[in-house]
Amino acid sequence: MTDQSHFVEIRHAQKSYGTLEVLKDISLNVERGQIVAIIGPSGSGKSTLLRAVNDLDSLTGGEVWLDGVQVNKDLPHRQYEKHINAMRQDIGMVFQHFNLFPHLTARENVVMAPKMLKGLSKEDANKLAEEQLEKVGMLDRIDYYPSRLSGGQKQRVAIARALAMKPKLMLFDEATSALDPELVDEVNMVMKKLAEEHMTMIIVTHEMDFAASVCDRVLFMDQGVVVEEGPPEIVFKNPTKDRTREFLRKHLAGAA
Amino acid sequence: MDFDLMLRVYPFFLDAAWVTIQLSVLTALLGLTCGTLGASARLSRFALLRFLGAAYVSVFRGTPALIQLFILYFGGPQIGIQLDAFEAGVIGLGINAGAYMTETIRGAIISIDKGQREAARTLGLSQWQATYNVILPQAARLMVRPLGVNLNMLIKATALVAAISVVELTYTAQRYIGSTYKPFEMFLLAGLLYMIIIYATGRAVTWLDRKVQIT
Ligand SMILES: Nc1ncnc2c1ncn2[C@@H]1O[C@H](COP(=O)(O)OP(=O)(O)O)[C@@H](O)[C@H]1O
Ligand SMILES: [Mg+2]
Repeated sequence: MTDQSHFVEIRHAQKSYGTLEVLKDISLNVERGQIVAIIGPSGSGKSTLLRAVNDLDSLTGGEVWLDGVQVNKDLPHRQYEKHINAMRQDIGMVFQHFNLFPHLTARENVVMAPKMLKGLSKEDANKLAEEQLEKVGMLDRIDYYPSRLSGGQKQRVAIARALAMKPKLMLFDEATSALDPELVDEVNMVMKKLAEEHMTMIIVTHEMDFAASVCDRVLFMDQGVVVEEGPPEIVFKNPTKDRTREFLRKHLAGAA
Repeated sequence: MDFDLMLRVYPFFLDAAWVTIQLSVLTALLGLTCGTLGASARLSRFALLRFLGAAYVSVFRGTPALIQLFILYFGGPQIGIQLDAFEAGVIGLGINAGAYMTETIRGAIISIDKGQREAARTLGLSQWQATYNVILPQAARLMVRPLGVNLNMLIKATALVAAISVVELTYTAQRYIGSTYKPFEMFLLAGLLYMIIIYATGRAVTWLDRKVQIT
């Protein structure tokens, strides 16, 4: 039997598309309440790694564990579907392009899954929608369709939608990369709030300042490997690897 | 132009137009059914179903609808399929329309951004729950207009069943030409009635399309 001691555990993750090896033996542990940021150049495999956590992209090798249960279990198709659907209820995910359901209002976006999967009454569903949208500061737009919201507002609704399932873990894949610069802060504020509530989070981001201010640990990835990993003070201020230094020089040049 | 004659035969043409409408409605319903099944097959997870769906589309779009009708109506009895002309017309045209609708429906479904299904699956929805609650409601809205085009084509294609002697508009026009020797007036009258049917259908489609769009 495997000894399960970390909240999230990625063991020897390997992923290939044909002959292209996108993830090369990556291991990562995240403790309950921890926030880990993943940084690195475009194409380095950050999204692939994050999407392996809820098996949106299946690994070709390695294991992912959450709270003592293996996510990417080897099961027959039907059983696996059942298992993964249950696992995903515990793993919230926020996408770069929001992926809000355009045919549903903010309220309906938030309550669709809880209603369907947890059988909430109409009353409880409404309460949940108000609660979650309040949390992201979108209560005043509760009956708006996504087409009438700004990018930042859409992303905040998308976060509320994920939170409504009461996940144990939140994954953010460049949640602010598609936003106009002036809309980035409102989304970062929401993520900061989650951090204060000790939500366990894995955040793929291009925003070094934000990463430095909220995360407990930073992972620098390049070409499918973790080049450097450590607390933000070290990785951002005193990186030990040349590749990290070079990457940070490019990315902090504007910010300095 | 013989307006008197046109007015005299007009009631009989109205009866024939009613047959054309019945043909159109039944064909559309059968077409939608076949189209839904065809699209489901083409998008299936199973290779055999995908192949069957693709074969259905290429066979029925790759041959003239008239030949399909002839095979069904004239050739059918040879292999034990006995249908009256109206039945053969509906079934033949319905299966033919279904091949076009298969592509329409499939096109609308695959045009939905894949992030939509991902978001739904991420929340814990099953493949089917995601399809039914997230993909189809969006795809259905996109389908209204192109299915309207299919409907337009299908109504016009009902004229083909005159060739297997279903007494609809085109057949009726031909029959009255036999007794009146006025092809210009008779075809004009038939054409006019087709136009009215198609115009009304087009308006209904436009109305529905507007109604289902999200504001
Ligand atoms: N479906 C796919 N098929 C083939 N290659 C892919 C696919 N998805 C991602 N890749 C490749 O995997 C690599 C890592 O991609 P990704 O994880 O998206 O990087 P990042 O998020 O760090 O920018 C890239 O080289 C990308 O081209
Ligand atoms: Mg990415």
